[in-house]
Amino acid sequence: MKDMAPEQPLLELRNLEKRFELDRGFLETIKFRGGKVIREKREVHAVNNVTLGVERGEALCVVGESGCGKSTVARLVAGLLTPSGGEIHYDGARIDTLSRKAMLPLRKKMQMIFQNPYASLNPRMTIQQALEEPVRHHNPSLSRSAVRDKVADVMRSVGVDPSWSKRYPHEFSGGQRQRIAIARALTVDPEFIIADEPISALDVSIQAQVLNLMLEAKEQRGLTYLFITHDLSVVQHFGTRVVVLYLGSICELADTATLFSNPKHPYTRALLSAVPQLNDDKPNHIRLKGEIPTPINLPQGCPFQSRCAYANERCRVEQPRPLQQSGGGMVACHAVEEDRID
Amino acid sequence: MSLLSVRDLTVKFAMRDNTVTALNQISFDLGKGERLGIVGESGAGKSITGFSLMNLISKPGFIDNGKILFEGQDIVQMSDADLRTIRGNRMAMIFQDPMVTLNPVLTIGQQMVETLQAHRDLTRQDAEKIAVMKLREVYIPSPEDRLNQYPHELSGGMRQRIIIAIALLLDPQLIIADEPTTALDVTIQADIMELLLELCQSNNVGLILITHDLGVVSQMTERTLVMYAGRIIEAGRTREIINDPQHPYTQGLINALPQQTLPGHRLKQIPGNMPSLANVPPGCPFSPRCDYAVDLCRTTLPKIVSYGQVEVACHEVERLHADDAAQEQSA
Amino acid sequence: MSSLTTNSEPSRWARMMSSNMAYSFRRNPVAMVSMAVFLLIAVAAVFSPLIAPFNPYDPANIDIMNSELPPAWVAGSDPQFALGTDDQGRDLWSTILYGTRLSLIIGLCAVAVQAFLGISIGLISGYVGGRVDSVLMRLADIQLSFSTLMVAIIFLAVTQAMFGSEVFNQYAVFMLIAVIGIAEWPQYARTVRATVLAEKKKEYVDSARVLGFGPLRIMVRHILPNSLSPIFVISTVQVANAIISEASLSFLGLGMPPSQPSLGSLISSGFDYIFSGSWWITAIPGVVLVVLVLVINLLGDWMRDVLNPKLYKG
Repeated sequence: MKDMAPEQPLLELRNLEKRFELDRGFLETIKFRGGKVIREKREVHAVNNVTLGVERGEALCVVGESGCGKSTVARLVAGLLTPSGGEIHYDGARIDTLSRKAMLPLRKKMQMIFQNPYASLNPRMTIQQALEEPVRHHNPSLSRSAVRDKVADVMRSVGVDPSWSKRYPHEFSGGQRQRIAIARALTVDPEFIIADEPISALDVSIQAQVLNLMLEAKEQRGLTYLFITHDLSVVQHFGTRVVVLYLGSICELADTATLFSNPKHPYTRALLSAVPQLNDDKPNHIRLKGEIPTPINLPQGCPFQSRCAYANERCRVEQPRPLQQSGGGMVACHAVEEDRID
Repeated sequence: MSLLSVRDLTVKFAMRDNTVTALNQISFDLGKGERLGIVGESGAGKSITGFSLMNLISKPGFIDNGKILFEGQDIVQMSDADLRTIRGNRMAMIFQDPMVTLNPVLTIGQQMVETLQAHRDLTRQDAEKIAVMKLREVYIPSPEDRLNQYPHELSGGMRQRIIIAIALLLDPQLIIADEPTTALDVTIQADIMELLLELCQSNNVGLILITHDLGVVSQMTERTLVMYAGRIIEAGRTREIINDPQHPYTQGLINALPQQTLPGHRLKQIPGNMPSLANVPPGCPFSPRCDYAVDLCRTTLPKIVSYGQVEVACHEVERLHADDAAQEQSA
Repeated sequence: MSSLTTNSEPSRWARMMSSNMAYSFRRNPVAMVSMAVFLLIAVAAVFSPLIAPFNPYDPANIDIMNSELPPAWVAGSDPQFALGTDDQGRDLWSTILYGTRLSLIIGLCAVAVQAFLGISIGLISGYVGGRVDSVLMRLADIQLSFSTLMVAIIFLAVTQAMFGSEVFNQYAVFMLIAVIGIAEWPQYARTVRATVLAEKKKEYVDSARVLGFGPLRIMVRHILPNSLSPIFVISTVQVANAIISEASLSFLGLGMPPSQPSLGSLISSGFDYIFSGSWWITAIPGVVLVVLVLVINLLGDWMRDVLNPKLYKG
């Protein structure tokens, strides 16, 4: 990465790992198998050895199907989960080991928008209370009227009438709630926003409204986004660069335009071909064998080998490392490395 | 004679203080083996349409008016006993969430045999043979072993295939699929859709596909209904509707898709929200969000009329069309 | 955003009246009657010094010659005493009013103690999780495996023996509140913990954490207000239980002394005379106790039906 980026990336993930234990209690680890009692701990490998950097001012999209670990990456970066391995650096400083108090100044810079606008606002707080709370918490010295002005400003900037601030979340539609959730994140004037599927719970016409709002906020406030989504058409529109995840590992990382015009990894190709297009009559997608395996006790080798048409002996034993491509991206695939595709 | 013919179907819900009209005078026809898409956003009434075709509307909802003629018989007037001979037999339904549709405490085989024996006089062995055959049709590997498995042992895509197999068990004339792939991943969705299309075509089965995804409709169906606030606002051949939508809402819906705009630019959004069914504005329900609305739109409900290749419910469709033509010329 | 501009604020009262709860209350005759009876008893108890014709705590008001007079509708009654008198010659009507007040106070305060302990422990247990959760919940299990009455009887009997009945009688109210309060906290703790575990997974809690709020703030400001429904439901049941516990303990002679009778001690004191024909000393307070507990439980049932979203949707 270093020779590619002249200045330091805003956010850097180094060899990030997250495993969830499935059998937590002692009794759950005891299994009866083949006539013998054995002790075994099963783990879900949600994120495996992910290394990437987010440059200032860009919108890095993380795509993948359910279970690929994209939401886990978002939650790790936001500090909602602690990594099992690896490091997270923000603006040059390591943040994954900080205590809650030490994180506090960073919380103003880094905010998160959640998937479900019906769950991400406290149902017992009015909009006013929900928006004032973070402002007060981070700026205890602000006067009452200054807090109120700040909240009204933010509400106007996301297109919600400040006169509605005495209402409760359930009185708003999904799209309006997502606007309010965005407003809440913006009240602390962040520079970096983690958006975890922010529009996938919304209707098509509302998705456009919210995406426009996020684009506007990006331009006006110079925001940097880490945008998690499964919707490739949104990626194409919103992202500057894209990371494709499969079973917790990076398959491909590239500029959006490059990825969409010239996908290299076999999984990326299948994913792109599966998006239903408006204007062709014949579905013409690359059919993948089988389905996504569970991320419990992953087999060795390439995580995609079980569904890949190009898999060979090497893919079954050796996990491919992300390799720099001529176009500037990175691809983790033996077949691409050996030029076995096309 | 068409397979299904719906006339002036009106469904209401009795709420605390008033009744809410969820479906308002829906009329459409479906030919044998035809594939129809019903598109709309949440609250448009598309799922309720699907349920009422099976006469599955439960309290506090009720069918207030209208006819649903399936092979010439009116489903609305039918007794429960007669309905049972149609549901699952002549007409099958596929729901959104494959985990909820299958009974978790019965094996796949038990559920399939039970369905078959409820409608046909079959021995267990014969029923199982048919079940295996149908599982093979939906490309389930080693179908004999699957019969003894429980739903939780299978992945989401596999479950949805089994649900399709169950829907096809009794060789129905019509399948109603309500957002069948929304809970699934993109790659799996593409597989399931391809399968459904292939099965409908090879068995000459009618399909009503209820979805919010215009891309899916475009690939799967021959004709499309666009719904808004409990009404059909545009109907016609899918190709026509996707390529040259006439109603401002349909246009807005298509233009709002990220594919329709250059990357990084503002999307063409429709302002506002869909009205709640308890509070539908007078006149054209879309008028408060419509750029072309005139006074007439705010007072009088537009009738659905033929315009060019499609049927559309809009007062201003001619002006809109003239505008479009002028724009195209200048461009 | 055109739809956002109009429409004025409905008042708090209007909002409350249009809520589901108010609606289902107006549609449910059982709940309405129960509420009316409960309010009647509660108001009568609160204003007992104003309503009661005599003060049963004042020995100057009591004449032993008036003992065991029957209620007004039985032959040999004294019109002065509408419900008759007890074995010490106190007006039964006045004594019941004062007794109900005591029973209600003990019941409510004991539940307040339970709720305070249980909610705090439940919140911490559910939110912090891990070891803390295991330890607190095992404590709750241990507490639950002793019956309330057993704990209370041992505790009250021991303190009575240690300090003598003089001192004990003086502090009986506080003793009862403390012992009933402490014995039943696990009910709250378990319910609150279960709700917290469900609420903790919701995104608004994540959102609060990302905004950098501390655990105390998240627990009290965010999770607790969203866990109130089950707390309300068990509170009604617990008040009824606490009133019964108090009555049982008083009946066994471990609660309120005969000089300050609660409903339980009144029933108990009349029990000795039931075979000599003075049934009213036991029966009338007994009826009041049963009615009070019944209406509270009926209200609790109604509330559970309304606040349980699963039942509500079906």
